[in-house]
Amino acid sequence: MKAFTQHQGLVAPLDRANVDTDQIIPKQFLKSIKRTGFGENLFDEWRYLDEGQPGQDNSKRPVNTEFVLNQPRYQGASILLAQENFGCGSSREHAPWALDEYGFRAIIAPSFADIFYNNSFKNGLLPIILPQAAVDELMKLTVDNEGYQLTVDLAQQKVIRADGVSYDFEVDAFRKHCLLNGLDDIGLTLQDEDVIRSFEAGYKQKYPWLFGALTG
Amino acid sequence: MAGKTLYDKLWEMHEVKRRDDGSSLIYIDRHILHEVTSPQAFEGLRLAGRQPWRIDANIATPDHNVPTTKAERAGGINAIKDEVSRIQVQTLDDNCIDFGILQFPMNDIRQGIVHVIGPEQGATLPGMTIVCGDSHTSTHGAFGALAHGIGTSEVEHVLATQCLVAKKMKNMQVRVEGKLGAGVTAKDIVLAIIGKIGTAGGNGHALEFAGSAIRDLSMEGRMTICNMSIEAGARVGMVAVDEKTIEYVKGRPYAPKGADWDTAVALWETLVSDEDAHFDTVIEMRAEDIKPQVSWGTSPEMVLPVDANVPDPAKESDPVKKDSIERALKYMGLEANQAITDIKLDRVFIGSCTNSRIEDLRAAAEVAKGRKVADNIIQAMVVPGSGLVKKQAEEEGLDKIFIEAGFEWREPGCSMCLAMNPDKLGSGEHCASTSNRNFEGRQGNGGRTHLVSPAMAAAAAVTGHFVDVRELMQGAN
Ligand code: SF4
Repeated sequence: MKAFTQHQGLVAPLDRANVDTDQIIPKQFLKSIKRTGFGENLFDEWRYLDEGQPGQDNSKRPVNTEFVLNQPRYQGASILLAQENFGCGSSREHAPWALDEYGFRAIIAPSFADIFYNNSFKNGLLPIILPQAAVDELMKLTVDNEGYQLTVDLAQQKVIRADGVSYDFEVDAFRKHCLLNGLDDIGLTLQDEDVIRSFEAGYKQKYPWLFGALTG
Repeated sequence: MAGKTLYDKLWEMHEVKRRDDGSSLIYIDRHILHEVTSPQAFEGLRLAGRQPWRIDANIATPDHNVPTTKAERAGGINAIKDEVSRIQVQTLDDNCIDFGILQFPMNDIRQGIVHVIGPEQGATLPGMTIVCGDSHTSTHGAFGALAHGIGTSEVEHVLATQCLVAKKMKNMQVRVEGKLGAGVTAKDIVLAIIGKIGTAGGNGHALEFAGSAIRDLSMEGRMTICNMSIEAGARVGMVAVDEKTIEYVKGRPYAPKGADWDTAVALWETLVSDEDAHFDTVIEMRAEDIKPQVSWGTSPEMVLPVDANVPDPAKESDPVKKDSIERALKYMGLEANQAITDIKLDRVFIGSCTNSRIEDLRAAAEVAKGRKVADNIIQAMVVPGSGLVKKQAEEEGLDKIFIEAGFEWREPGCSMCLAMNPDKLGSGEHCASTSNRNFEGRQGNGGRTHLVSPAMAAAAAVTGHFVDVRELMQGAN
């Protein structure tokens, strides 16, 4: 997994609540058996006026010029500012894959749906929870100032404005450690292989019916 | 010291190790796989040269992509017309063979929606931790199990380590007391709960559904409720174990037998929240207050009783809410204050892991019996949740009732719940659907979904618009 330490970048405002995973990456694109290729279809139903299909040449499709990410001033944005309950809906990890591939490194919102929040960390994408008032303030600053940038410092747990004002955010110690160092979760868990094996042995004695029933 | 909640007990039973940073390793008993969220996980395993930790904990079936017409199913995987769908279904098949994982492949009678087949086969048991790369895994919590959806990285993590890294959530209890009226179902309860607490209401919590109205529900009704916990923002929804749970599990193909059965039952009987358990949040509702529900907007919390009118954004003072109401009305093609019963429908979908079990089909058939699908309905389809549900329904003659009334009777799968296969809404079409999500485009680009119970969907099909199903029931008496 790629590490996340500090990132400075252009901010894009997506000022709506309950943005769901069907919106982030519509289901027709989930048919891929690969982990890549989703960025092009991030927010597909909002970005384009027609219905997108996998493998299509997007440069030939009618663009929805009203959608915020299509505005020239937000091209190259890497920090997404969103509203409450961002990422609600399905467990598809294709949602963080698509955001990441499009170029986002961090998402700031007053709240996130649990599974999306979890999936983001596993893909080097940092979801940041800030109070509603702070998000509203940043939303306004972003809209009012073309080229508005923010710095996200994970080690310090701060979102820093160019004028020096900063906002603290909470992040779980384990997730922070993994993200700062780009650590692979599975490798870390397997360091505890012996602990798992001995738990499993005791567990199997107590609950024998949980073992061996399903065989392929 | 306060007693323990059901969630506390399940958590303790499976906690392998607490790490210094407050996260824990949780042991996973059952892992269910389907074709959409597993290919990248198997690929990851191969790339890292890892083997699954415990083959016998896994069970797989294709559901999201499979076609549901007899004709397209007849030719097997090779005959799936959509190439990308075919590759996904084929990839699951290949991976299960390669790694020796038990799979119910496409035309096996046991194939079906992941959340229908687990309980049906006894692969879902009380006291288990159950995960699947699908957010509606909360369904299995109806058995007093700790069940939730995971992403693809976690699918790989569970395959490789039999564990997940997790942090304990907070406890929330939703109590529904009293007696449900006739014609009001588990689906209406859960829609009413979501309408009350909102789609983020359960974030960070494990939900336990309790109270006399929940106890009175059948296991299938409890599954419908737990299924939609995720629409209330909670990854986990549960109901405590009682005689109904144990009765339901007994004799299923993968349920414990003989001496194991007795030991298992002794454990299962303890899977209830203690009298003095502490819940961080408690929500209370009266069953008598719940009417048949219909969602009008583009989020499951945008739901109202069938006799209500759609909201008027002008009456909303909160600007964010006002904006979402306006957006939703526009997308749904509805007028502010319009009566829900005036919404004209184009299609009807009865199916999905929320409502595709035998009792759901019986409830819909009861309404459809002797009636005809209205002329303005382009298509009304019934998609059983598994091959075995389909068989059972056919033995009871439900298929005939549906076909007679003008419904299509399909092969099992997710179908129009998320429209990854050819079953979809056209742009602008309104659908009465027994599924769980009414997001923009969920059932097809530009499609307009209204979430309802199976009985309400059947009533909508035969009248062409929403109607309080209780009126039809009285008419029949
Ligand atoms: S029926 Fe719908 S919600 Fe359920 S697993 Fe399939 S796609 Fe997901």
